[in-house]
Amino acid sequence: MTEKVDITLNINGRDYAVRVEPRRTLVDVIRDDCGQTGTHIGCEHGVCGACTIILDDEAVRSCLMFAVQAQGRRIRTVEGLADGDKLHPLQTAFMTHHALQCGFCTPGFLMLAVNALETNPDMSDDEVLDLLASNLCRCTGYQNIIKAVRSTAAEMRRARA
Amino acid sequence: MSWVGRSIRRLEDPVLVRGDGRFTGDLKAANWLRFVRSPLASGRIVQVSRPEGADVFTCAELVEVKPIRPLLHKFNYVPISQPVLARDVVRFVGEPIAAVVAATQEQAEDLADRVEVEIEPMRAVVGMQDAIAAGAPRVHGEAADNVAVDANFKTPGFDVAMASAHRRIAIDVRSHRQNALPLEPRAAHAAWDRGSGRVTLTCTTQTPHAMRTAIAELIGMGECDLRVIAPDVGGGFGQKMSLCPEFVVVTWLARWLRSSVAWLEDRRENLIACFHSRDQRIALEGAFDSDAKLIALSADILANVGAYSCYPTTCGVEPLMAMAEMPGPYDVREYACASRAVLTHTCPMAPYRGVSRPVITLAIERLMDKAAAAYGLDPTDIRRRNLIRSFPYTSATGLMLDQASYVESMDAAVKATDVAAFRDRQAQMRAQGRFLGFGLATFCERTGYGTPAFAARGMEITPGWETVEMAMDPSGSIEARIGASPHGQGLRTTLAQIIADELGTSPHRVKIVHGDTDRTPYGWGTFASRSLVIAGGAALLAARKVRAKLTAMAGVLLEAAAEDIVLEADVARVAGTDRAIPIETLARAAYHQAHRFKGEVGPGIAESATYDPAGTFSNACHVALVEVDVETGRVILENFLVAEDAGRLINPMIADGQIHGGVAQGIANALLEEIVYDDAGNILTATLADYLPPTACEIPAIEICHLETLADASVTRAKGLGEGGAIGAPAAILNAINDALSPLGVSINEFPATPRRIRESVRAGAQR
Repeated sequence: MTEKVDITLNINGRDYAVRVEPRRTLVDVIRDDCGQTGTHIGCEHGVCGACTIILDDEAVRSCLMFAVQAQGRRIRTVEGLADGDKLHPLQTAFMTHHALQCGFCTPGFLMLAVNALETNPDMSDDEVLDLLASNLCRCTGYQNIIKAVRSTAAEMRRARA
Repeated sequence: MSWVGRSIRRLEDPVLVRGDGRFTGDLKAANWLRFVRSPLASGRIVQVSRPEGADVFTCAELVEVKPIRPLLHKFNYVPISQPVLARDVVRFVGEPIAAVVAATQEQAEDLADRVEVEIEPMRAVVGMQDAIAAGAPRVHGEAADNVAVDANFKTPGFDVAMASAHRRIAIDVRSHRQNALPLEPRAAHAAWDRGSGRVTLTCTTQTPHAMRTAIAELIGMGECDLRVIAPDVGGGFGQKMSLCPEFVVVTWLARWLRSSVAWLEDRRENLIACFHSRDQRIALEGAFDSDAKLIALSADILANVGAYSCYPTTCGVEPLMAMAEMPGPYDVREYACASRAVLTHTCPMAPYRGVSRPVITLAIERLMDKAAAAYGLDPTDIRRRNLIRSFPYTSATGLMLDQASYVESMDAAVKATDVAAFRDRQAQMRAQGRFLGFGLATFCERTGYGTPAFAARGMEITPGWETVEMAMDPSGSIEARIGASPHGQGLRTTLAQIIADELGTSPHRVKIVHGDTDRTPYGWGTFASRSLVIAGGAALLAARKVRAKLTAMAGVLLEAAAEDIVLEADVARVAGTDRAIPIETLARAAYHQAHRFKGEVGPGIAESATYDPAGTFSNACHVALVEVDVETGRVILENFLVAEDAGRLINPMIADGQIHGGVAQGIANALLEEIVYDDAGNILTATLADYLPPTACEIPAIEICHLETLADASVTRAKGLGEGGAIGAPAAILNAINDALSPLGVSINEFPATPRRIRESVRAGAQR
């Protein structure tokens, strides 16, 4: 298991050629080998969702995958959300609604919700609540995360109308 | 226009939402560390194997490192020593025995798995009542009966008052063991610098200076040779304020290896071996007169503090806070209390948001509801007869309660809830076999207390004061360096708001520097709802000095009296005139053209101020509306409301966020979270899937109304509120559950009130 293999990970549109042990998790390689430390590790057993990334069109726990499984797939992390200085509307909404305190869970929540807003833009308020129950936050009591995501969903609906 | 009182966006956020925060675990290291931990709760270490190729460090290698040994000078405290790696015996499952070092985390884990620890099992004692029973094995030889703190208090008139009671009401409450559970587990990275011989320890701490002091002392190095950095820290809630032995080992190893070394705690380690809290039993009895006025109160408190005593507060922190603050917001002159810290073969206890107050609030609020029922009174009526109304009030235990709004906040909460409408609905639903309940909790929260409060507890180390150093550089930027160490509380924003108002600038021009012992004045960090009150007070006092300097300088340059100068919109102006000078120009002149001040004002702009307040009590009333499914024991929280008074709100958005987060943890404490040990001292709740922290679906919308009592006890008029949410919620929810179950004639006085416990009490009622 300790024999290393060469893989290329595509993160936020950029290729990272890395040499890793097959047993290494995707989140460890994203953080340690590719230097993208915005994705956090909270439990390593798939419960807290701090490590949530978008893989192709799916929000996944990057602690529950091996890096080698992500070869050839599109990985998006929190570092790729903003377009230069222009924040993603959900990043702005998190600031406006005070949806973060310590900020440790924030990248995971952002990736979870951005993926949902892209794949299911007509989420109802109940669906938003159900979605956000995937991840854990210990600071905010979820109140303002829910508000930020619902308001962004409503804004995106208005923009389309 | 004032910045204080406005919900401006946090200055912390742009970095964090981009994923550009810098947490300890982001650092790279030349060496990685994995701890080998005890699989047994109690036993004698016979041998630790050293597999080939593994660098294994045990207490034998760390022989010169002193054990952790915090001190209390009162209350029959028995000083207990904790070796940073177990020596001879192990005392809880998860206690670190050895440290294995390798080039990568994975290698360190592999090697640690191969280390075999031979331990001769000894009898373990897990529950606190077993620990104080005759013949129980001693956790530490020096603590007879396993009691580390034995505190007693009694007012002279207690016995007479108790004997004169019209009614005596007793209640026993139990809170089970919990984990503060910050989302970021512990982490430490220590790097030795070849040039200076210094070590920089970056770690997940709420108290960087206290860590520096403690670790330097234990290792035997000068404090000046140790720099402690708390970078972005992913929540703490108290768990990251105490010294953990792992940080000492990491620092020692960096010096030993003359290199960098890092440790990342995994979640299982956090759940079994980081600090626990709230494991208490309280037997409370109230003596009431014929008007349902509480005339005497007696309490017997037991706190299971685990195997060791935490630094710097000691294991007295829970039992002693419970003893001192049990009467809460109620006027009762006669009080007796016995409070003990009980040692067991379990993970050590340390402060967690609210410390003992969620438990004592449960006790006294259950007592009030039980007494109300006995007297045929509404829960609000009995509280109205007993809440303190006149301030300042000196409590039976000598605490000075400053101006507050105990009755008014309860009235506000009840009004916002529309209790009459709820009672109607409750009656209708009961007719349909459904059980709804209303519960309230009134409490006060001691915040921002300075050194006298800790001295009264007999602590060797009395944290309290804070210093703020403030400088305006030649470009006109303001930097405030603080000893507090925020990790999510938004203090950079709120202090910047306070300072901006004083200096006539905007918060964006004020940079708050914290969490680095090389950059900040000595201070005590962030815990105990203290930072906004104490560091905020010191920031205000320092800003006033900077303002005095700026107005003096402007006075010279504008040929006016300093007291006629106003600072606004980054300009110093002679009041009522158009004679003005930009503050930036003053700053430049202060450094580069000091001659212009003709010796009347000295060069540079750098001031410092220290604040050590006596403390100020914020207060709140929490209201919970619940439905209990008596068939399954499930509790549905319909509504949760908080009427709270933390004095002046510096940033209402941030204040609400603190309340939301605290209430969510209180709900979790009330209904979900519990560290469960088996009889042998193994933890059965070692993953997040077993420990049950709440998700968004378990936390209802939380309504908040604010009252603002502006008390003199705080120089900014702001009181602390970081812990209050967690303090009131369990009592309000338990009172609501009991109200719902009252037709069945059963009660439940322990948290978490899990479905199993609720079903047990419903079944017990049915069998009667």
